[in-house]
Amino acid sequence: MSTEKELFTISVYTENNIGLLNRISAIFQRRHINIESLNISPSEIENVSRFTIVANMIEVDVRKIIGQIEKQVEVIKAYYHTLDQVIYQISGLFKIKSELLFEERQIQNIIKESNARIVTVNKEFFVLEKSGKKEEIADLYDALSVYGIMQYTRSGLIAVTKDEMKISSLLESYNN
Amino acid sequence: MDTQTIKNNDASKKITERISGSEAIVRCLIEEDANIIYGYPGGAIMPVYDELYKYQDKIHHVLTRHEQGATHSAQGYARISGKVGVAMATSGPGATNLITGIADAQIDSTPLVCITGQVFSHLLGSDAFQETDIVGISTPVTKWNCQVTKAEDIPAAIAKAFYIAKSGRPGPVLIDITKDAQLEEFDFSYEKCTKIRSYNPVPETDVSSVKAAAKLINGAKKPLIVWGQGVILSEAETQLKAVIEKAGIPAAWTILGASAIPTSHPLNVGMVGMHGNYAPNKLTNECDVLIAIGMRFDDRVTGSLSTYATQAKVIHFEIDPAEIDKNVKTDIAVLGDAKASLELLLPLLNETKHSDWLQEFKDLYAIEYEKVIKDDLYPTKEGITMGEVLKEINIQSKGNAAIVSDVGQHQMIACRYADFNVTKSNITSGGLGTMGFGLPAAIGAKMAAPEREVVSISGDGGYQMTIQELGTIFQQKAAVKVVVLNNDFLGMVRQWQQLFFDKRYASTEMVNPNFVAIAEGYYIKAKKVTKREELADAVAEMIASKEAYFLEVCVEKEDNVFPMIPTGASVSDIRLE
Repeated sequence: MSTEKELFTISVYTENNIGLLNRISAIFQRRHINIESLNISPSEIENVSRFTIVANMIEVDVRKIIGQIEKQVEVIKAYYHTLDQVIYQISGLFKIKSELLFEERQIQNIIKESNARIVTVNKEFFVLEKSGKKEEIADLYDALSVYGIMQYTRSGLIAVTKDEMKISSLLESYNN
Repeated sequence: MDTQTIKNNDASKKITERISGSEAIVRCLIEEDANIIYGYPGGAIMPVYDELYKYQDKIHHVLTRHEQGATHSAQGYARISGKVGVAMATSGPGATNLITGIADAQIDSTPLVCITGQVFSHLLGSDAFQETDIVGISTPVTKWNCQVTKAEDIPAAIAKAFYIAKSGRPGPVLIDITKDAQLEEFDFSYEKCTKIRSYNPVPETDVSSVKAAAKLINGAKKPLIVWGQGVILSEAETQLKAVIEKAGIPAAWTILGASAIPTSHPLNVGMVGMHGNYAPNKLTNECDVLIAIGMRFDDRVTGSLSTYATQAKVIHFEIDPAEIDKNVKTDIAVLGDAKASLELLLPLLNETKHSDWLQEFKDLYAIEYEKVIKDDLYPTKEGITMGEVLKEINIQSKGNAAIVSDVGQHQMIACRYADFNVTKSNITSGGLGTMGFGLPAAIGAKMAAPEREVVSISGDGGYQMTIQELGTIFQQKAAVKVVVLNNDFLGMVRQWQQLFFDKRYASTEMVNPNFVAIAEGYYIKAKKVTKREELADAVAEMIASKEAYFLEVCVEKEDNVFPMIPTGASVSDIRLE
């Protein structure tokens, strides 16, 4: 097991419960581990939520944290993966003055080359959306920041794993 | 029948009754066989107390003198009986005062259900009078918690609370119930909880892991068992005894494992850890197979991890998957309930006697006896030692007492020297080290097991943290024997100051009150002993007393507890002086 820190995605299947987020984040807090990003959404199973947590840590600690997460009553199962074991996306939103679109020809090229999508345009501003890896969004940010960005935000990482996660059969076995 | 309409609910075929949320709380507690509960009333929980008044023939509510006392009493009740302890408090300060006991129960795996009142649900989040976010505050120290804002949700929440508290690795649970939910009427019915979809409290023992463990144990030349409270929680005492006897394995215990096997058992080689016995600590680093059963390799047990049992193959019998490899890397993990796993293990073990290996423990015991134990139990110096007080208690109680200790030097001495013939007899705050635990825990223990002799042993420091619970002893007529070993110091901290801070006794000296007068102020029979020749008679009188009894013993002021593994040192570097 590597003793180097690396980014792990931690996928947690849970009951949809008020307060569970606190319980899970407290596990990271106790060990002084900074959560890089966190996303909670419905999962492929009805009434089951999925947390996707990204943290920079060593694998030994990830394993311990998985155990402590799974110990929570309302957690069904937790998995951890390195970034190369998952297919992931991050989404970035950029709000930019509309006049730049016409004054700075280069911006149009940036949009084209980055495969960013224009979500909306009006007289004052337009909004760009870009999904991809963290670096791709960072590159777009760097390119656009030269011209001025009115607002910028980036989503948490969401990921699906390359290997199978057998939550449905696990739930079935619990029910029997 | 005017206020209660009994009707048949066709949909569920359940018999329901229209009652208030607060009555439902009390009815649920009765359903869960909580015959004694501990608490303190206040605004947001008053409707429940009104119902407790009506149901007082079925459920005995004990008014403690502080909410912390309520949780510790509930812990004492749970630890001696194996049942779920119940504590109750109002919102705000009532609820926050429960926290220390809850945190203690969490780290020591004690089943507890705590019920707190909460402000009306329309006031939640508005900084209302006595509003505090107790669900948020208690989250890191509970196994599970929830807030109930509707009466109809009360029965399911309480059923779930008892199930979670007791099942698997036990722990504390808190339910926060708003006042409007207590007042609201609804159709009540009760169904115990036996299953939660996302919760798998007892992993089924994997037979192949047990076989692998048996193979390793059968091949071992120098096996050592270290058992913990898991043995007591799963009631695996008989199975453990059978295993150690058949395989002839020396067995040591953690502080919370104490009493699972009688002290006098020839294969019981004593306590591991910071102030444990010399032999099991030293030989942890000599054994070839270390068999941990229901223990969690706490840092007070292992000392420096990098030098802990590195020569040994480690087998870990454990119910909580999160404990596997948490502190010590195991070679074979046997997940499951200790009792079930040991039952599977027993027939696979060869009958063995490890006489030479056992002799090594005896040899090291002889060294510890000469250097430490002799002077602790049979001192020749003038001052009374804590050890000789324990020796007298052993003699008078014939080793049948439940010893409820507080935290500090006296606790280590009590665990080292108390004779335990009966399981569930060592009630102490192990993981959290909560000063003030002892006295209220002893009250809970005595009330849960009135037939047993319960001796509370505290130091002068911890005793004064919850001294007001003498009022509970008096009001409940709880025949607790209260011993204070008074050295006018916060002894354990003073010991560390002496050893590691050049005797700079910063804020550890205590100017103490007249403890006898205080006990007598609560109408409790009391005596103070300052001379060795008075000790035996005083202890005899205390044990013989049918009522509560307070005994202050003035002990040598600057005695130290040895052996000792300094923080961060290896178990092999255990010091005898």
